[in-house]
Amino acid sequence: MSSVFAKRNTVSFVVGFVFSIGLAISGMTQPQKIIGFLNPWQWDPSLLFVMIGAIGIHIVTYPLVRKRHSPILDTKWRVATRKDITPRLILGSAIFGVGWGLGGFCPGPGITSLASGDLPAFLFVGAMITGMILFEKTQRFLKLKE
Amino acid sequence: MNFNQAVYSLIGGGLIGIAVTIMLLFNGRVTGISGIVSSSISKPTPEGLWRWLFIIGMIAGGIVIQATKPDLFVNVSGRGSLAVIIAGLLVGYGTVMGSGCTSGHGVCGLSRLSIRSLMATMTFMLFGFLTVQAVRYFAGGSL
Repeated sequence: MSSVFAKRNTVSFVVGFVFSIGLAISGMTQPQKIIGFLNPWQWDPSLLFVMIGAIGIHIVTYPLVRKRHSPILDTKWRVATRKDITPRLILGSAIFGVGWGLGGFCPGPGITSLASGDLPAFLFVGAMITGMILFEKTQRFLKLKE
Repeated sequence: MNFNQAVYSLIGGGLIGIAVTIMLLFNGRVTGISGIVSSSISKPTPEGLWRWLFIIGMIAGGIVIQATKPDLFVNVSGRGSLAVIIAGLLVGYGTVMGSGCTSGHGVCGLSRLSIRSLMATMTFMLFGFLTVQAVRYFAGGSL
């Protein structure tokens, strides 16, 4: 195991840690705040402020970082560059949206909430992983182009 | 929602923006949590160990929150176990099909002005909205 390998793993741990603290501080680990954001009649704008905070930083840092020839710990960038809008993208996002509105969890807050020991977090993450495996198993029957 | 909550959400969002910047700068990767979780299972290689460390990092952050400010995990959504399980299945299935979730498409994708991520984000916001309205209309807001 090279040291660059260990450094990448350490970076990932730190990013996961900071990301989850950010989610919790901003209220995103409370599903009622997600559901409230999606309900204009009792609107909870927390998610909007989270997006403003996160995108406000990254929209500035992204082009600055990409001025580098390569990342610090790798030889090339691993960022998606596709521009095509496919049925798979839209259908998948719609299915995700239904689940998001139904439970009030997206993947990050679900994983972070495991630490609470609360049953819904475990039910959600267990079902989410099952759904992910289910897609891998069924995608060849769907005839959706990659 | 009051002024303090808006400030906390901005600060929390800022932390997320810093986190995804660190991932990009050092590892050259998008912080897409649905992709990280699904690939951690479908590609369990030594090169993919970083995904597991990311997940462990998230849970470690959650443990710190649980120890210091457990009320940040209060769940009064009114959604029962069956609804949460169906929600999880749909979120897992849909995010892998649509190649991303709120982090990968919403935060990282919109920040690099990706048209695919913009379409994905608008779609899941719309369908999330429609679902919340359907639950309100048919079930009075709780399931």
